[in-house]
Amino acid sequence: MNAGNPAILARDLVKMFGDTRAVDGVSLAVPEGSIYGVLGPNGAGKTTCLRMLLGIIDPSSGERMLLGRTSPLDAAHEVGYLPEERGLYPAMSCVEAIAFMGALRGLPLREGRKRGAELLEAHGLGDWVKKPIRTLSKGMAQTVQLLGTIVHRPRLIVLDEPFSGLDAINQGKLEALIRRQAAEGVTVVFSTHVIAHAERLCERIAIIAAGRVAFEGAVDEARGRLRPIVHLRTRSADGPWRAAIPDDAREAGGEWVFELPSGGPEPLLKALIDGGAGIETLSIERPGLHDAFVAIAGEAAAREMGGSEPVVEAA
Amino acid sequence: MKMKRIIGSAFVIARRDFTATVMSKAFLLFLLGPLFPVLMGAAFGGIGAKIEQESRAPVVIVVGSEEDLSRLVHARDRLASAVRGQRVIGLVHAKPGADPKAQREALLKQESTPVLGVLEGGIERPLLTGAVTAEGSTVHQLRWMIDDARRTALMPDVPGRPLLVRVTEKSAGTVATGRALTARAGQALLFFLTLLLAGMVLSQLIEEKSNKVIEILAAAVPVDAIFLGKLFAMLAMSLVGIALWTAAGAGAIALWAEHGLGSLPTPAVGWPVFLTLAPVYFAMSYLLIGAVFLGIGAQASTVREVQTLSMPVTMAQLALFAFASLGVGNPNGSEAIAAAVFPLSSPFAMLGRAAEQAAIWPHVLALLWQALWVAIILHIAAGLFRRSVLKSGKTFRWPWQRARAS
Repeated sequence: MNAGNPAILARDLVKMFGDTRAVDGVSLAVPEGSIYGVLGPNGAGKTTCLRMLLGIIDPSSGERMLLGRTSPLDAAHEVGYLPEERGLYPAMSCVEAIAFMGALRGLPLREGRKRGAELLEAHGLGDWVKKPIRTLSKGMAQTVQLLGTIVHRPRLIVLDEPFSGLDAINQGKLEALIRRQAAEGVTVVFSTHVIAHAERLCERIAIIAAGRVAFEGAVDEARGRLRPIVHLRTRSADGPWRAAIPDDAREAGGEWVFELPSGGPEPLLKALIDGGAGIETLSIERPGLHDAFVAIAGEAAAREMGGSEPVVEAA
Repeated sequence: MKMKRIIGSAFVIARRDFTATVMSKAFLLFLLGPLFPVLMGAAFGGIGAKIEQESRAPVVIVVGSEEDLSRLVHARDRLASAVRGQRVIGLVHAKPGADPKAQREALLKQESTPVLGVLEGGIERPLLTGAVTAEGSTVHQLRWMIDDARRTALMPDVPGRPLLVRVTEKSAGTVATGRALTARAGQALLFFLTLLLAGMVLSQLIEEKSNKVIEILAAAVPVDAIFLGKLFAMLAMSLVGIALWTAAGAGAIALWAEHGLGSLPTPAVGWPVFLTLAPVYFAMSYLLIGAVFLGIGAQASTVREVQTLSMPVTMAQLALFAFASLGVGNPNGSEAIAAAVFPLSSPFAMLGRAAEQAAIWPHVLALLWQALWVAIILHIAAGLFRRSVLKSGKTFRWPWQRARAS
């Protein structure tokens, strides 16, 4: 990862749709070679942001730079894009569809066909090379489109909700593909409203809520905004040790759960031992990205995200 | 650099569209399309000819003397030979009866012959009774016949030599008339082909919109390139069709027309130049009208909307054709110049001009002018598409909307 050269740079991007401010002053920097997640609930403005960054639509105001170019389409040959709404010509064969997508990005058609056949073979679709798209399952068609996104070997790949509609196996394959691309030095940006994917893959994230960037930085930094959570079980039900537990601590089933006090674990441990708590179990967990998201984007946004997709436990 | 990228991208899109269209089964139907009107024409033409053959000329019954009838029939034959090809009323004789009124009514009611009226009183005091209009064709013809019959009655033999006719190959009048005919034929063919083929461009972006490919295209290439590629793909497909139809039709023309194209008067620029200009003007007409249609069709989001748009755009094409044809016969008149300058009618007007005027330079100028407008219209259409469909750029507001917003 080269932090000095942002693959994408946006400053104060605003997008108005009529009187609606869909994106409200978004600024972000995506380091080259990183895996970068754009998180946010449905309707937060993620897709609009990506479309502005790629030059599909122009912003109402603000600046953007893609691979060092102020006009995003000037960098089109070095960019791969998988839109949220998947689209392929149904009558085209798989290999032709991939080659066509490569040709749009400047790859000669013959080379596109050759690479397309190789990619299909490598991704278990070797028998489908000449078959028309309309005969594929949804997941297979999505794979073909993804292969079309990378066939011209771009420096930057932008994936809008790439995991939506994929089963667990294909989600795993996609994660592996993203990791492979990043290992080759490709910058990968993807939007998602499933935090688990971002948590597993991303080095940096932007959390967008209501058209604004609520947070932009490293995943650890986001998690670091919350204090660790202490889970405590004691043999003693009451005693002087209770003074060491914060007032907002929750107790359920004999277990106390509370944020680690600002002094850190050592003073807490000392107070518990000296106070005669009789520690049965004590664990200190780092907050997950989901917790960070809840704290940053707000409860409402978190509920929306949690309602539409399963929220995976923080690692 | 930008232009090179647009052309390169347009080529990629055009190649895909062209291949997808030409390789489809529907293209076979497209190629066979012109056969249907030909077959229909042949069928209806046959029926029409039969009806024509079976129909009888309307008749006026002359109640009077044999002598008057003979003079009137003579006059009728002279009129028929003078206006060859036009229908002249027939004359049937009836001897005067005892009760003229009853006879008249009986004759008007008879169904065995299509009686238009009954002429009584001979050529001295003629009186026509029937379902005719005072200044209609029947009355005019009959008036002429009675006048001629009266003159013949007064002076059966007119002294003097008959008209001598000396035939020359051509005169200024016949050349101008002939070239105007070529101009009209050329314009009509151009209009017919454009009408048939340019309408298809209306629905060109529906496929990409419905299968969401538009997002992939718009992210990879300028919208101008998408429009340009689609337009040229359809033009290429149309030219393939025209080439095949021309090849197939050449034999038929040779069979039908005695000398094929030679039966049409030679255009002012000569046949080789005219036949070179015709496809070029077709291409320009297609590109100009197609660019407008593509822009209009791009705003539609469903096939139904496109179908709704088809009728008004066809009417608009008819208006363009009518505008361009105003200048035929007077290529330096204001109508002809205006039609040549107005971009959308320019190809029609200029093809007409090629038939009537020998100068070549106006065609070079016109083609450059038309190409410029293709670029302008495509750019505007792409801009409108970006703004209204992709919702790109600043939101457009009418003045009253701005006032309301502020």
